[in-house]
Amino acid sequence: MSTPMESPTVRPYRDRGGPAQPLLTVDNLVKHFPVRKGLGGKPAVVRAVDGVDFSILKGETLGIVGESGCGKSTTARLIMGLMPHDSGELLFDGERIGGRELPWRDFRAQAQMVFQDSYSSLNPRMTIEGSIAFGPQVQGVPKRQAIERARSLLARVGLEPARFAARYPHELSGGQRQRVNIARALALEPRLVVLDEAVSALDKSVEAQVLNLLMDLKQEFGLTYLFISHDLNVVRFVCDRVAVMYLGKVVEIGPADAVLANPAHPYAAALLSSMPSMDPMARTQVAPLAGDPPNPIDPPPGCRFHPRCTLAEAVCRTDVPPLAPVDPLHRVACLARQPGSGHVAAPALSVAA
Amino acid sequence: MSESVRERSPMSDTSAKDPAVAIRGLKVLFGGKVEAVDGVDLTLERGQTVALIGESGSGKSVTLRAIMRLNPERSTRITGRIVVAGQDVMALSAKALRALRGRTVAMIFQEPLLAFDPVYTVGRQITEAIRQHEAIGADAARRRALELFERVRIPSPERRLDAYPHEMSGGMRQRAMIALALACRPQVLLADEPTTALDATVQIQVLLLLRELQAEFGLSTIFVTHDLGAAVEVADRIAVMYAGRIVEEGSARDVVLDPHHPYTIGLLHSRADGALAKGSRLKTIPGSPPDLANRPPGCAFSARCFLAEERCHTETPPDVTVAPGHRAACWRTDVAQAVFAGDRAQALEATA
Repeated sequence: MSTPMESPTVRPYRDRGGPAQPLLTVDNLVKHFPVRKGLGGKPAVVRAVDGVDFSILKGETLGIVGESGCGKSTTARLIMGLMPHDSGELLFDGERIGGRELPWRDFRAQAQMVFQDSYSSLNPRMTIEGSIAFGPQVQGVPKRQAIERARSLLARVGLEPARFAARYPHELSGGQRQRVNIARALALEPRLVVLDEAVSALDKSVEAQVLNLLMDLKQEFGLTYLFISHDLNVVRFVCDRVAVMYLGKVVEIGPADAVLANPAHPYAAALLSSMPSMDPMARTQVAPLAGDPPNPIDPPPGCRFHPRCTLAEAVCRTDVPPLAPVDPLHRVACLARQPGSGHVAAPALSVAA
Repeated sequence: MSESVRERSPMSDTSAKDPAVAIRGLKVLFGGKVEAVDGVDLTLERGQTVALIGESGSGKSVTLRAIMRLNPERSTRITGRIVVAGQDVMALSAKALRALRGRTVAMIFQEPLLAFDPVYTVGRQITEAIRQHEAIGADAARRRALELFERVRIPSPERRLDAYPHEMSGGMRQRAMIALALACRPQVLLADEPTTALDATVQIQVLLLLRELQAEFGLSTIFVTHDLGAAVEVADRIAVMYAGRIVEEGSARDVVLDPHHPYTIGLLHSRADGALAKGSRLKTIPGSPPDLANRPPGCAFSARCFLAEERCHTETPPDVTVAPGHRAACWRTDVAQAVFAGDRAQALEATA
């Protein structure tokens, strides 16, 4: 094994568990929001994130896809500690985030986030150079050094420092602002970058530029990405693995090629075939799903997808499908794919060899 | 139910041969210096759907709003000619304009939550629109609103008529918006990014609904979007806009499969699904659109164009008819087409 010293981008003392240890492990993460239905109505609970498990390996890009209300952004915010989680465990390189070995402050120096709205995520009263240098200064980097680093990062993300460093956010276009946000996220030399719909608000041609930039930076700085998006084409392009979420749960997770080419979960399949076709000769004829994604208040019992599912049977209304492997790398929470579940379409139980 | 809605459809117009919308030499100037739209010619035939595609600032929404004269009158200078269903929109009085809006031309917006009035129920807003234009009783108007709600497939429509906009989900609000737009049986429907804010599984439902209604009511539709995929799903023709001009226009098939303008080609290439292989770099369009207050001479796209030559920077390219019903505003349409065809052959080879 090569010594980590050879790699100039990964600071060696930070890598604790070695390459096989996942960088981030999310274990049974739960977040419920109490709400009141209407004025003076009875209290209810939004099950925004309801038992989410996954891990992100070092150096990979994990995509999370799903529709609004599925809990993908809440998951990102819980990971970053922007709000406390109700229960569950978050491990960063084997250490519990917020525990004694890895207090939140130390974790945040190693994990950064880029948001969808490039404007509201920058302080309008700070120059962009000031915004980028702010984090390192909080972490104890001397001001002059922090500004110097900010300028070199601006140059790296394609914004000439002499022209842009002293500008304010409103003086930049959306694409330029998102580059600033990316530079700011990199200012602390993080290991994990959470990209929450980071390219969704950009025009297509700008989106492609920023995607290319993200891929370059990942390689150059040895980054690991959690990439949240609703655009399956983009996810297919950038992600190594994909997790599909529905109503607060992961319903399918596996290699991007497998999940996006042969989705095993009926919801993942419907999501995939909802993408507009790019062929005027082969337009979509029937919408794969009817109705809107349901409200995460009072989700249906059993499998949460059963009211919209074409494969639903009696057993789906009562049994909660576990996230079980269909092959070693690919896990699915669907009774129709799990041997012995009682679903007619379930594969036969195989005898353990 | 749908039969009775269909009966009232507006196809019995006398001038059925004129185009539904004809725009000639449209220029829109904001604040005296920003040329948001700079010479747009567009014809929308009856019963057809044209998609106006472009990035933010390309002038697609401004063009759409000009058709209903929705741009702020004080700060906007509009020149050119817009004829909608035989009426010259630029010459209409305020009263005639009010009669046109909603009755002849209706519009649906990207964000129905902002387009609806939050303090009235959705049903009331629809009946109000109907009664504004027609001498019809409250009960009859409500019956028509209910029919429309059923037609756009809003679940439990009776109850939903009495809902406030915030009580509906995003997809349902957009369906209600469509019902409102169709309430006075318009001939022309203008849709400004109607599915952009919706989730994927809902977006495709709304796109299919629009396609269905367009055929059933014989609507002529202009569909503004930045998403080529959505445009391909609904449009007969596609017009690509850049920096306030239409740079390419043709049937959806021609524009997507046989583009002749470098900008269209760039848009097609920069889509993540157009990449040859995962992890390979996307072919991007470098730079950013020009400042519309200081438009450079020549072709507005020349600074970003991979085919630009000397004269592109100095002379404005003419509209070249590259095939019947297919035009592109470029000096080098032949080269552009050859490049695209070459890339396509290469891509097919790589995947084979």
